[in-house]
Amino acid sequence: MARSVTTNRKHANTVLAWGVGLLIFFPILWTILTSFKTEAQAIASPPVFLNFDWTLENYAIVQERSDYMRFLWNSVIIAGGSTLLGVIIAVPAAWSMAFVPSKRTKDILLWMLSTKMLPAVGVLYPIYLIFIRLGLLDSRVGLVIVIMLINLPIIVWMLYTYFREIPGEILEAARMDGATLREEILYVLTPMAIPGIASTILLNIILAWNEAFWTLNLTAARAAPLTAFIASYSSPEGLFYAKLSAASTMAIAPILILGWFSQKQLVRGLTFGAVK
Amino acid sequence: MATQHSRSAARFMMAPAVILLLGWMLVPLTMTLWFSFKKYLPLRGGDLGWVGFDNYVRFVSSSSFWPAVQATLVIVLGVLVVTVCLGVLLAILLDQPMWGQGVVRILVIAPFFVMPTVSALVWKNMFMDPVNGLFAHLWKAFGAEPISWLSEASLFSIILIVSWQWLPFATLILLTAIQSLDSEQLEAAEMDGAPVLKRFWYIILPHLSRAITVVVLIQTIFLLSIFAEIFVTTQGSFGTRTLTYLIYQRVLESQNVGLGSAGGVYAIILANIVAIFLMRIVGRNLDA
Repeated sequence: MARSVTTNRKHANTVLAWGVGLLIFFPILWTILTSFKTEAQAIASPPVFLNFDWTLENYAIVQERSDYMRFLWNSVIIAGGSTLLGVIIAVPAAWSMAFVPSKRTKDILLWMLSTKMLPAVGVLYPIYLIFIRLGLLDSRVGLVIVIMLINLPIIVWMLYTYFREIPGEILEAARMDGATLREEILYVLTPMAIPGIASTILLNIILAWNEAFWTLNLTAARAAPLTAFIASYSSPEGLFYAKLSAASTMAIAPILILGWFSQKQLVRGLTFGAVK
Repeated sequence: MATQHSRSAARFMMAPAVILLLGWMLVPLTMTLWFSFKKYLPLRGGDLGWVGFDNYVRFVSSSSFWPAVQATLVIVLGVLVVTVCLGVLLAILLDQPMWGQGVVRILVIAPFFVMPTVSALVWKNMFMDPVNGLFAHLWKAFGAEPISWLSEASLFSIILIVSWQWLPFATLILLTAIQSLDSEQLEAAEMDGAPVLKRFWYIILPHLSRAITVVVLIQTIFLLSIFAEIFVTTQGSFGTRTLTYLIYQRVLESQNVGLGSAGGVYAIILANIVAIFLMRIVGRNLDA
């Protein structure tokens, strides 16, 4: 009897959880569905759910009219570039903090985090001015640097927590065997660190891809990534729901897929180890 | 243990990250402070000299300051209440045995990965539009007059959009915390006949208190600076002009850099007050 009670409870949980899950996911689902409708069907009253004539024309129109690929490419460069640059700078820093800790290591880590808390709008004009002076406004290079800097604390922090999990004994054994620092890093540390580095890259690509303060304020026609491209739909002309949906679907699909792989890193990366 | 050699190597390896972040923090911050004491109008005469604390006084005494504070507080508190309450319930639900748990988790987490401009525009047009939005259809189906959400219930609408984006974050962190709860304790309480509400109140909630604090602090820091969601929906009209948006308008739209910078300094101070509490918790964990 106890068993049937638990089975019943499991049924109830399943139904409830799936209901809530689908409700939360619904706006995304609706966007994806609408992207395959014609503009007339997209605003049909009452709304059509699945029984419409599926079409791919919106995707073609979005690409044709606004050169979608250019924005996509900018997003890829900015998200990928800033993450890679950040990791290159952060790996040595995190490595030394994890394996050669000093009294100040903790303070440095916390200070790095505190730079992440700086409200962007508070330094908007200075950055804007520096960008104008250096000719970086509306350039991908400028955005790569800024996005790298705002995510650098998270990258250092995540790498640090991953590196700390690598047992120090292995390093000592390598040292005993006469490995030089270079060999130690190259042959002992790197293979063990790769999973952590990969997770860090994954989460930071997501964060950089979705960043929507600097990308909106520092780009115009040339370097605008997808966040800015989508924002241009806030003052549209004529019917645009299906096209908005197609553009949105293309903008979020790659990151949704990456995101589903990075659930665990999300907690680690965004709570700075405060929740385990 | 560490040799002198490895110590200096360590310092050398840390240098790039430290120097970059130091520059990233100090240079713009100094400039903001500098501008905040000046009358600086790039399009109308440029640098018009030092004005002392004039900008600071004018920023808080302008007629748009208190409404902005109010809008900020309503949005931040609203989103916090919605995400934490629903997050706790969802985390408990997702922790129960069920079929397809992995898929449900994916469904629940998905909104977090949607870029802010997309989620704001999708909600604005396809759900909240008073003519073609799904809510309008729903309201009409029940014979009610459709609401034009973003002008008539603007703050509520922004809270709804932002909560949808942040609920996954709260849920995921609270779920992680719940999973570390010792299930024997709960089972013992259940055997002793403690009712569900009591088990929740005396065992689950205290266990979650630290995770909830962390969620509140981290979200507050991010929520204080939400921008894109307002930029593409109301542009700060209908009472949705937050402090962040007000500063943005002062600096870039009306190009009153001195005044905007003073506002920026206020925002930085505000964020730092929240950050101090967060740092304490993080720092304590670092020792453990």
